[in-house]
Amino acid sequence: MLLDTYNPLVDEMVQIMDKEGKIVNPDLMPDLTPEEMLKMYKTMRFSRIIDEKTLQYQRQGRMLTYAPNLGQEAAQVGSAAAIRQTDWVAPSFRELGVWLYKGAPLHNIFLYWFGNEMGMHMPEEVRILPVSVPIASQMQHATGLAFAARYRGLDDVAIAYVGDGGTSQGDFHEALNFASVQNTANVFIIQNNQFAISTRREIQTKTKTIAQKAIGYGIPGILVDGNDVFAMYAVTKEAVDRARRGDGPSLIEAYTYRMGAHTTSDDPTVYRKDEEVEAWKDKDPIDRFRKYLISEGHWDIDKEKEYSDERAQFVKETFETIEKSGDVPLEDIFDHVYAKRTPILEAQYQLKKAFFEKEGK
Amino acid sequence: MSVLNLLEAVNMAMDQSMENDKNVVVFGEDVGVEGGVFRATKGLQAKYGVERCFDSILAESSIIGSGIGMAINGLKPVVEIQFSGFMFPGYNQIVTHAARMRNRTRSLYTVPMVIRMPYGGGVRALEHHSESLEVLFAHTAGLKVVIPSTPYDAKGLLMAAIQDPDPVIFMEPKRIYRAFKQEVPDEPYMIPIGKAKVVKEGKDMTVVAWGAMVRETQKAIEKLEAEGHSIELIDLRTISPIDKETIIKSVQKTGRFAVVHEAATTYGPGGELITIVNEGAFLYLEAPPKRISSIDTVVPLPKGEHYYVPDMALIVEELKSVLEF
Repeated sequence: MLLDTYNPLVDEMVQIMDKEGKIVNPDLMPDLTPEEMLKMYKTMRFSRIIDEKTLQYQRQGRMLTYAPNLGQEAAQVGSAAAIRQTDWVAPSFRELGVWLYKGAPLHNIFLYWFGNEMGMHMPEEVRILPVSVPIASQMQHATGLAFAARYRGLDDVAIAYVGDGGTSQGDFHEALNFASVQNTANVFIIQNNQFAISTRREIQTKTKTIAQKAIGYGIPGILVDGNDVFAMYAVTKEAVDRARRGDGPSLIEAYTYRMGAHTTSDDPTVYRKDEEVEAWKDKDPIDRFRKYLISEGHWDIDKEKEYSDERAQFVKETFETIEKSGDVPLEDIFDHVYAKRTPILEAQYQLKKAFFEKEGK
Repeated sequence: MSVLNLLEAVNMAMDQSMENDKNVVVFGEDVGVEGGVFRATKGLQAKYGVERCFDSILAESSIIGSGIGMAINGLKPVVEIQFSGFMFPGYNQIVTHAARMRNRTRSLYTVPMVIRMPYGGGVRALEHHSESLEVLFAHTAGLKVVIPSTPYDAKGLLMAAIQDPDPVIFMEPKRIYRAFKQEVPDEPYMIPIGKAKVVKEGKDMTVVAWGAMVRETQKAIEKLEAEGHSIELIDLRTISPIDKETIIKSVQKTGRFAVVHEAATTYGPGGELITIVNEGAFLYLEAPPKRISSIDTVVPLPKGEHYYVPDMALIVEELKSVLEF
């Protein structure tokens, strides 16, 4: 078992596929059908296309602030593919690959980033909590989700995602501690993308790995090549199965790199050199997966082009629909503060409504 | 009927809610084995088991945050923050998540959760044990804030809070936890959240109070009525959403207004109440409205606490100044 054999105290990292797309650890290769692999690959490509196009829209002044996921596609899709549809996810704000893999419509994702809360009213079966901006706070929700699942006699697992910066928060500590003490079915996935905005991982923690923090909570911790989709899948699958059996929570450190800016408001050239980014581009999670799929005969350049063009067109059409979606109706703002409008909110609604009607807005 | 103090009524409300709904779970620091430092949860773990009533880790953000996850996933957590002054580590979870989850997801996910906390001074406690912080919650969209002043109200309001579809901050005036007993019906009942109660009618003046201040104010009113005044007393019961209508109607009748609270004066709840009166009954006023409240210092330790919270004598004096204006 990976969680028992890999020691988080030394920087032993689980890797199955190297950056050339070669399987270097065949014993650990997960049992995935070509169809499953292609679903994962396509989701990663789709995520990349969405990011690239959204960054263009933002530069054209058509999109608000956006947090791209560039470079982290394997960490996200590899882990999301290992969980069940009824399993819960508590995300931070940079988990596009997870959203897509679990079936979140791009329409909703765009609507949210376009400034409309209705975007986070996802189809119920997606089972991902909304984007959580207060760093690491969502990890606490994951513990409660898992506690409630067990209480209700369900074997759903709750997965929380957080970044390397988030491990400095008290909520990180409390969530791991609660999960450990209560033995809840949780998997905590650290997307160690080396940066919290501009602050390097070395400045967040003195420990050799983030994975080793698990030891302090009496739970397994493991360091994984976050740009290796197979390693992410294999380790997450083991952690999720373990949690589902009732054997408790675990911590996964996905070692990856944020190839883009923190958000579109950020300029990474201030705090990192191009050479560093270039070195990580060489480890691109999508490139290596594609090389593997092509070498195995599951994919080719023509299919790549056809799929990319079709997705790019879909992203374009979806975004254009969102651009025309207009402002939020006034009622939306008032109707979801409480189950029922309070008398004060009702009075304020009537005043605003009359005012905006008079103004012709 | 049982004759109970406020603490026993709180316990009965949780007990009956747990009995009626297996999705109600109770947890917090020391609430399981010990039954809470005040014994509000006494006997619940023995009766319902450790899965339904348990000792949390000593971490307020976890208490609130895990409760949010439970509420989203079908449970009704009733959590205890040991003292309201300890809630700050959990305040982030309350304000940024519990209060907003419904809005953020346009009602896909909601947080039907009760956060109980003893509050207020008068028990000669250590630092951070005597605060009256209701405005910190009342100023946050998405939260309801309820404060009982009697055993009867404590049971009915807490049972209503547990049934409420939204997060409710349930603040318990610990000073009167055991101060007096009252007949409380044995069967479950609910008192509506968002409605104030006219405790006694009067003609010359309206006074609004809540929590432990209701009893102090009642004593002050008895003294003034013996001198021939007629004073209407309203127990606010719910701080948010506030029942403007009952207050305005009363002031339109009496023409004079005062509010008594334990919270500090400046930017305190009295400012909001007086604005409500000014907006709704300004032309009926025969005297400037008055707030009788704690001073704007840090809550003093026991040797200085008597300077801080309004007591019966101060309330009498201040009410008189409004009556005789």
